[in-house]
Amino acid sequence: MRIHPRYTQRLAVTILGGATLLTLAVLVFIIVFVLEKGLPVVNFRFLLTNAEDMGRSGGIFTTLIGTIVLPLLAIIVAAPLGISTAVYLTEYTLETKVTKIIRFGTDCLAGIPSIIFGLFGFIFFVTTLGLGWSILSGGLTLAFMILPTIIRTTEEAVKAVPKSYRQVSFSLGATRWQTVKRIILPNALPGILTGIMLGIGRSIGETAAVIFTAGSSLRLPTSIFDSTRTMAVHFYILAREGLSSENAYGTAATLIIAVLAINLTAYWMMGRFIAKRS
Amino acid sequence: MSLIGERGVRRILAVTAFSAISALLLIALFILNEGLPFIFRYGLHDFLLKSDWDPQAGKFGIYPMVAASLWVTFGAMVVGAPLGVAGAIFLSEFVPKSVMRVIKPTIELLAAIPSVVYGFIGVMVLAPLIRTQLGGPGLSLLAASIILGIMILPTVISISIDSIQAVPQSYREGSLALGATTWQTIHMVTVRAAKSGIIASIILGMGRAIGETMAVIMVAGNAVKIPHSALDSVRSLTANIALEMSYATGLHRQALFATGVILFVVIIILNSFAIVVLRKRVYKK
Repeated sequence: MRIHPRYTQRLAVTILGGATLLTLAVLVFIIVFVLEKGLPVVNFRFLLTNAEDMGRSGGIFTTLIGTIVLPLLAIIVAAPLGISTAVYLTEYTLETKVTKIIRFGTDCLAGIPSIIFGLFGFIFFVTTLGLGWSILSGGLTLAFMILPTIIRTTEEAVKAVPKSYRQVSFSLGATRWQTVKRIILPNALPGILTGIMLGIGRSIGETAAVIFTAGSSLRLPTSIFDSTRTMAVHFYILAREGLSSENAYGTAATLIIAVLAINLTAYWMMGRFIAKRS
Repeated sequence: MSLIGERGVRRILAVTAFSAISALLLIALFILNEGLPFIFRYGLHDFLLKSDWDPQAGKFGIYPMVAASLWVTFGAMVVGAPLGVAGAIFLSEFVPKSVMRVIKPTIELLAAIPSVVYGFIGVMVLAPLIRTQLGGPGLSLLAASIILGIMILPTVISISIDSIQAVPQSYREGSLALGATTWQTIHMVTVRAAKSGIIASIILGMGRAIGETMAVIMVAGNAVKIPHSALDSVRSLTANIALEMSYATGLHRQALFATGVILFVVIIILNSFAIVVLRKRVYKK
C-alpha cells in the first residue's frame, strides 16, 4: 500500500514533534517535581544548621561546605592544566600525530564513567598516596574528571579569537607568549569561564567518584586532609537508607538549584561570548 | 616572564599538554594493576560466565551482573535512541534556528541534573507506577531502562543535531528540487548523509548507560540474579562495584576492581569507535 507523501509528511512531523515535546516535558517534570516537594523544606535554618541524627533532622550546613570546597579544589588543579593544554594545542603546534593522540586521550577521558574515577581515586589517592578519605583525594579525583571539559571549551574559545588579532600582535613585535597572555587569553576569557562553570556543575552533582575518595563524614572539615560529605552524597545516603524523605527532598532541591544556576550562568556567558564574536 | 623566557613557556605548556592523556594512562594502569591479576588467577571464563557470586565463599562469577548490564543498556537504547534521534531531526529540520538556539541548551540541561536525582525520581515516581500497573517489585530492569533512556537523551540529541546540521545545504536543495517533500528529503538524503554521526551519538549514549552507577543502584533493585523478565530486580556491574566497595577486602576487593577492568575495557572500545567515526566525518568536510 502506498500512502500519499503528503500524509507521511504530516505523520512524520507529528511523531518527531511529539518525541521532542516528550523530552522537554520530562525535563520540566523532573525540575518541577523536585522543587515542589523540596522548596518548602529549604530555608536559612535548613542551610545553616548541621545535620543531626545522621541527617534525620537538622540541616545540611556541613554538606554545603563540602559541596563548595571539593569543586573549588578540583578547579584550582584542573583549570591551569586544562587551559595550558588547550593553549598549547591551538597556539603552539600544528596538527601532528602527537596532537591527535592528545585529543584522542582527552575524548576518551571524557567518556570514562564516574565509578571508574571513584575506583581509581580510591586506589591511587586514598590508598597508594596515603591521603585517606579526604577533601584532597576527592578534589584531585574530580580534577581528573573535569579536565576534558575544560580543555575542550578552552580550545573552542581560543579558536574563536579572530586570526587578525594575532597578526596585529605579531606585527607589532610581540612574542608568541606575549600574544597569548595579552591578546588571546583576555579575549577568550568568557569562553574559558564557561568551561570552568560546566566543570563546577559536573563536580557538584557527582556522587560515585566522590563517595569513595572524600568519604561521607558529616563533621565540619578543618583541613584538606579531613573527610567531607557533599550534598549529592548526603542526598544519596538519605534517599537510599530512607532516613528522612523530607530532608532528602530539601537537599535535592538545593542541589538542583545550585546546578541549574551554575549551568544557566555558563550558557549565558557562552551566548554573550558568541554574540560578541559574530 | 623574562625569568622563564619564550622557550621555557613553550616547554612548560608542552608538558602540561600531556595532562589528560597521562591521567587516562594513570587510571588505566592502576585499575588494570589492581584487577588483572585477579582475572588471570580466577580465569576470565569463570569470572565472566559463571553465575555464583558469593564473596564469602570465594566465588566470584559475575554473569548475572553482566546479563543485567547488557539488558539494562539494551533497554535504555530502546527508550532513548528513537526518542533522541527523532528529537534531533525535529529540532534541526522543522524548527526555526532561533527556537532551536533556546531548546538545545535546555535539553543539554538534562545532562547537568545529577544522576542521584534521576535515581530518586525513579524511586518516587516510576517504580510505584510500575508496581501498581504492571506488578513485580517496581524497582526493576524496566525502571532502570527507562531512567537510563532519559539520561542518555542529551548525549544522543546534541551529537545527532551537530551531525545533521553538518550535512551540506546543497544536498537538501538538490532533493527538494527533484520534487521530494521535506520528510522524503530528510529520511532519504539528510539522515543518510548524517548516518555515521547519528550512530556515534547512540554509541556514546550506550557508553553512558553502561557506566551509569548511582541512578541504577537506586532504581534497579540490586538482586543478584539473571533477569527473566523486565519486571525482575537486577544488579548491574557498576552497582555491584559501588554497593560492595565500602566493605570489601582482599580477594573480594580485587574481584570488584576486576569488574572495573571489564567495564573500563568495554567503554574504551565503545568510545574509541565513536570518536573515530565522528573524526572521520569532520575530516571529510
